[in-house]
Amino acid sequence: MKKNNAVLLSTPYLLWMAAFTLIPLGVVCYYALTDPATGAFSLRNLRDLGMYLPVLWQSIVYSLAAAAICLVLGYPVAYYIAQCGQTAQKLLYMLVMLPMCMSFLLRTLAWVGLLQDTGIINTLLGKLGIGPLRLIRTPGAVILGMVYNYLPYMILPLYSIIVKIDRRLIEAAEDLGCNGVQVFGRVILPLSVPGILSGLTMVFVPSVSTFYISQKLGGTDTVLIGDVIERQFKQGNNPNLGAALSLVLMVLVFVCTGIMNRFGGDSEEGGVIV
Amino acid sequence: MEFDGERILDGINLYFNDHEFLTLLGPSGCGKTTTLRIIGGFLTPTSGTVTFDGKVINDLPPYKRQINTVFQRYALFPHLDVYDNIAFGLKVAKLPKDEIHRRVNEMLEIVSLKGYENRSIDSLSGGQQQRVAIARALVNQPKVLLLDEPLAALDLRLRKDMQNELKRIQRSTGITFIYVTHDQEEALSMSDTVVVMDKGRIQQIGRPEDIYNEPKNAFVADFIGESNILDGVMLSDYKVRFFGRVFDCVDAGFNPNEPVDVVIRPEDIDIVPANQGHLVGTVTGITFKGLNYDIIVEFKGFKWLIQTTDYHSVGSVIGIRLNPEDIHIMHKSEYSGLFGDYSSYSAEYDELTEDAEDEEE
Repeated sequence: MKKNNAVLLSTPYLLWMAAFTLIPLGVVCYYALTDPATGAFSLRNLRDLGMYLPVLWQSIVYSLAAAAICLVLGYPVAYYIAQCGQTAQKLLYMLVMLPMCMSFLLRTLAWVGLLQDTGIINTLLGKLGIGPLRLIRTPGAVILGMVYNYLPYMILPLYSIIVKIDRRLIEAAEDLGCNGVQVFGRVILPLSVPGILSGLTMVFVPSVSTFYISQKLGGTDTVLIGDVIERQFKQGNNPNLGAALSLVLMVLVFVCTGIMNRFGGDSEEGGVIV
Repeated sequence: MEFDGERILDGINLYFNDHEFLTLLGPSGCGKTTTLRIIGGFLTPTSGTVTFDGKVINDLPPYKRQINTVFQRYALFPHLDVYDNIAFGLKVAKLPKDEIHRRVNEMLEIVSLKGYENRSIDSLSGGQQQRVAIARALVNQPKVLLLDEPLAALDLRLRKDMQNELKRIQRSTGITFIYVTHDQEEALSMSDTVVVMDKGRIQQIGRPEDIYNEPKNAFVADFIGESNILDGVMLSDYKVRFFGRVFDCVDAGFNPNEPVDVVIRPEDIDIVPANQGHLVGTVTGITFKGLNYDIIVEFKGFKWLIQTTDYHSVGSVIGIRLNPEDIHIMHKSEYSGLFGDYSSYSAEYDELTEDAEDEEE
């Protein structure tokens, strides 16, 4: 295709990108740097961010915890799927994907039904004479929600990297004296680093900005940065502060993905990085 | 050895001597790679035993065997540089740092890769990767080194160089090499012992000269070099009849009047004027080969390949003489009648062994 034709054909999306990505980004920046009352240029919003640092920190900690748990849970699964026969691989891949076809809101609400004080789990426990336990409105419940919702984002990139590892490299490692554990530590794990990094990123990014999960499964002490931003726009009526918070979050996400990519070194096969 | 009920190897009985360069030679699918993988421990034979230094090692996993492998297409670790690839086995064995350093450097010297320590594998040429693979295996000082078509991916010139290099390394280290190839020239020039395999069976074991000069059956005669293979009858010791004529030969020990295969190498045939020949034939084709001409000569409907340094035009009538030592007699086998007739001769016979192959995987 000629270059001109390519430009022509991609114009609709380029326009779309300008209208709905670049301009809004500019608007966010504008709001973040103006005074809510006067509309004049001001750094007040950025100064006010200070009091939200604990919330931001909490969001990061929860999201990192969720990403780490996803890695621990997801890696063996991804590894197992990659070892299966062709048919089983397809089936398992589909099963991993399946929850993602269900509405995110519904999936989170289902956990409310499971975890709440009069929920399914506590009812069952009650029949056994235990509880009721405080399951919902805990940090654990929020992290559980993140892990549950974003686990496929960990498994899929890991699987796609592991399945491509050359069998002969494993044989070569065995030949050179590695037992099973050593083969894993010296060959399989290092070669799956790109998948691990992209999985961590793909879990961390949506987790750190979520608000729905913490609203439904968290309590007053598990407020995340996403909740704060939502509140500024909806209840607080301070879109300027909300914009400033969004900006900070965006920078944070950029920094994180940047660090992850740096860790990945020059491996171009780095799976998918959002 | 069986895969999915299909018999891949049958009745393989092989002895490997210390310090020997032994080659498993055969066409693709003949079972040579399977044999190698059994020795390496990557496959467990369905029956029979693998013995190493007097101990049965059938169930010993690869990492416990004092055997290292140079894999087909190398299987180098892409996440490690040249140094770490070579040091891999030593690090797994947890040797002291300075010893690892010394041995890796020694190896880099041997395979002429000094200065490439920190290069990534991707940045190396095929020949260099090949040498890293050899170094990575040899640095562990194995008792036995298995080489699975290690030169198949290299171009002709590089292959010749590496053949000499491998032979030199084998002599200087004294490590037993078990080498798999489908290239008969490679096998003959490098090996102390050649094992010719086909259809999962050993067809012949012997020194390269014996394999070439005394092939056991039509398959071996045809696979190693070029052969004219004719039907004959062994009248008595040292007397064989073919083409209606009795020839003296140097073979004995056959039953009287036993039907046999007669092998005559194309380069052993002497061309003489038609009136002095044992047999008289007509030239039907000629190909210039550089060192010699390959000519196809028809004798009573049967076409022979003869190699000669003299030009003979198509259609000319020539005579040939056969000395007793030029005639080699073989028992009839399942391969009789399948090989050794040059009726459908074309230049392609040279390329048959060149096909890059993915075998037995």
